[in-house]
Amino acid sequence: MTASRVVERLLQTLPVLFGISVIVFLMITLTPGDPVEIMLADSRATPEQADQLRRDLGLDRPLPERFLVFLGNALVGDFGISFFHRRPVIEVILERLPATIELTLAAMLLAIAIAIPLGVAAAVKRDTWLDRALSAASLFGVSLPGFWFGILLILLFSVTLGLFPVGGRTPFDLEVPRVSGFLLVDTLLAGRPDAFAAALRHLVLPAVTLGLPTAALLARVVRSSMAEVLTSDYILFAEAKGISRRRVLWRHALKNALIPVVTVAAIETGSLLGGNMIVETVFGWPGLGRLVVESIFARNYPLVQAAVLLYAVTYVLLNFLADLAYTALNPKVRL
Amino acid sequence: MSVLLEVRGLRTVFPTRRGPVAAADGVDLSIDAGEALGVVGESGSGKSVTFLSILGLIRPPGRVVEGEIRFDGRDLRRLSHAELRALRGREMALAMQDALSALNPAFTIGQQLCETLVAHGLARSERAARTQAVALLEKVGIPAAAERLDDYPHQFSGGMRQRAMIAIALAGRPRLLVADEPTTALDVTLRAQVLDLLDDLRREGGLAMALITHDLALVAERCARVMVMYAGQVVETGPTREVIAAPRHPYTRGLLESLPRLEDPDRPLHPITGQVPDLARVDTGCRFRNRCALATPDCARPVPLAPAAPGRLARCIRAAELA
Amino acid sequence: MTVAVAEERPLSPLALGLERFARNGTALAAAVVIVLFVLVALLAPLIAPHDPADADLFRRLQPPVWQEGGEWAFPLGCDSLGRDILSRLLYGARVSLTVAALVIGIAAVLGTLLGLAAGYLRGWADVVISRLVDTLLGFPYLIFAIGLMAMMGPGFHNIVLVLVYKEWVFACRVVRGETLAAREQDYVEAARALGCGSAHIMLREILPNVLSPVLVVATFRMAYVIILEASLSFLGLGVQPPTPSWGNMVADGRDFLVDAWWVSTLPGLAILTLVLAINLASQGLRDAFDPRLHQA
Repeated sequence: MTASRVVERLLQTLPVLFGISVIVFLMITLTPGDPVEIMLADSRATPEQADQLRRDLGLDRPLPERFLVFLGNALVGDFGISFFHRRPVIEVILERLPATIELTLAAMLLAIAIAIPLGVAAAVKRDTWLDRALSAASLFGVSLPGFWFGILLILLFSVTLGLFPVGGRTPFDLEVPRVSGFLLVDTLLAGRPDAFAAALRHLVLPAVTLGLPTAALLARVVRSSMAEVLTSDYILFAEAKGISRRRVLWRHALKNALIPVVTVAAIETGSLLGGNMIVETVFGWPGLGRLVVESIFARNYPLVQAAVLLYAVTYVLLNFLADLAYTALNPKVRL
Repeated sequence: MSVLLEVRGLRTVFPTRRGPVAAADGVDLSIDAGEALGVVGESGSGKSVTFLSILGLIRPPGRVVEGEIRFDGRDLRRLSHAELRALRGREMALAMQDALSALNPAFTIGQQLCETLVAHGLARSERAARTQAVALLEKVGIPAAAERLDDYPHQFSGGMRQRAMIAIALAGRPRLLVADEPTTALDVTLRAQVLDLLDDLRREGGLAMALITHDLALVAERCARVMVMYAGQVVETGPTREVIAAPRHPYTRGLLESLPRLEDPDRPLHPITGQVPDLARVDTGCRFRNRCALATPDCARPVPLAPAAPGRLARCIRAAELA
Repeated sequence: MTVAVAEERPLSPLALGLERFARNGTALAAAVVIVLFVLVALLAPLIAPHDPADADLFRRLQPPVWQEGGEWAFPLGCDSLGRDILSRLLYGARVSLTVAALVIGIAAVLGTLLGLAAGYLRGWADVVISRLVDTLLGFPYLIFAIGLMAMMGPGFHNIVLVLVYKEWVFACRVVRGETLAAREQDYVEAARALGCGSAHIMLREILPNVLSPVLVVATFRMAYVIILEASLSFLGLGVQPPTPSWGNMVADGRDFLVDAWWVSTLPGLAILTLVLAINLASQGLRDAFDPRLHQA
């Protein structure tokens, strides 16, 4: 996999990234309502001051010019000021980002940890109760509305059983110096295992809400990919060589079976990114997703715009990485 | 000549929607050490299933339901999974038809070779394994073996890939090689090369071979003895030269007559009329009788595999008349 | 030896597929459930015991009939404003199904037409449409929807619009693929040789052949759209109160989980049941139309 090929593939994502920025820009500019009015809603500015602000912000310039300005600023990470927070938008976003990443990562890891063993087991024991149970669970997982699942879990495990906290990321009184922004890391760095445990407990329900349906879907993909691989000639040949069943399964079969799974996992992260918003809202998780939803109601559009752009770009890049991973794993495609 | 492999009454059954099918139904065979047995039959005759059963590679829901399989005197059906697995690759090996699908595309040839060596304890270290692997590739006639060790299967040409697969199959120095259509996917020139290679390896290592094929001409060239299978049963066995010169089963004769002749290109082709019976619906009588010119009402009764001449067996009540 | 007897009356692939679908027990049961939901939605004004907007603070958070304090007049209990949950569920079905039907309907038509154009006409039409498809696919669905709803404002019409903006892409992709394959077929050559115009070929020759895949995709997507609308309504960005949507009903009950679990749980159950049925039915549909599973 030569570097030039990687760059080539990366360049191929540019049109899509461009298109996305166009759409996001249009989203903002076509919003009904005058942004200046919104910004000055609480102050008592005169119409002349409002016009001046409009000129300062470049709102009186033609659309294409405004788009280029927008694009230029976006590329350096300048998304303007969030009047709501009185701080640059990018700062606010970066502050809340680690919480979202922590949640998404936890959900993804959970999903993979469940999906692979389950999928492999179902493939090996095809058409048994395990296989059918997995099919049913998968169907359920896809049909379950995420927000309701979260609420159900809260009802069951927090309200009724009292096993987990109802929401939030930490107990009220928890104070831990912020180093990385990732609570699980920071609590350990501060030498506070009790805080670590608390943070973990708060992470469980949201991560399960986000990760379990994904796990069901991924398990299904693992299963069918694995089942197909197991019928291959090279599996038969490997067994004929006298290799142990376990090694055949985990080394020979899995390596080939995981290839399509990687692609699906990448696409699924797209729904995880969206699902984030819902789960963070349900659990009061102080991440980017909840920030976006709050900002929408606060009409803090610059922030919404920046977040949407960020999410979309991340998704495109993730797909690109999945593409790379697919090529790397599949020697036939290596060139 | 000691008997290496002896099979009696092997029955392997697969459940299908139309009912259970005995893909191998009462198969008897024997192979001596160092001998080449040709196994001839069309698709569905049970030739591959028979040997997969012997190797213990039949997967559920298929099952070996009956039979005695003795390798070197040991009854393979009484062995545990682990014991049988220890034999595979080390005493008995399989070479498949299409090397491209038989080799794992995700691993290099070297990795797949070394894996066999290490699995059977023939190499202690990574380095020792690699040295042996290079030697194996050279033995099967692959040039620049040391460099090619790190190539992937798709980077080899068809013929070289077939040789590499054979090298892997023989890495454990087995005493019996089951070659399932080893040359069907190759063109004529490569075919001869691979078969020559197999002959050399056999002579050198005293390797016994079961050459499974649908091509009777191939067996005529390379195998001292031949076994003809039809619809899950063995219908004729014997020394190749004799069987070809004077077949004792109408199916064998039909096969021979359907082969085009080089010395008589204008001779019309004589395919065997009719079709192979549905194995889900066969009865106890002769399975060839619906296509046989010599069929009589007596053929509807069970026909045993009986001696038709010294060293020759045939499953036909009128075998003597064919002489 | 059996010999197949040829069917006397010619059946279109569509009819054959539907026939096979009918033979699948689970799928058929699921289809019945869906029909029930549709009926309920259509007949809501007639069968709902109460007006869904009728608030009565004396009935605030009244439990369902099987719990203490409940009564048969309000079998599934009341929400925080004392409104009958059963009636709201029935009217909520209208919202969900109407949104789904509209979105899928429009998106399917739009997507099919654009897919035909892209696949058959190729050239700049294909380039533009494919670029659009790729860009839209690059957006995670919910983020796209949330972003647009934020800008356009909440409400029924906007939800339909926003969802259509992304949904047409799925039908388009499928149809474009099928069209690309179909245009190489002999019957298209024959039509061209006869002098048929592009529009005729696309609509009369190719379209009937791509209908089954579109049907399968549309049914799958319907489940997704229903969940999406519910999610948006849950966040407050979708259908606005007092119009009941299953999504905003779940949101309503969030603050009362401890005392009144039914306010949030029951609407979600409705969503789950309907979506499960749709997914089962679409699986059955896909199996019925899959050429690989049904060789003649």
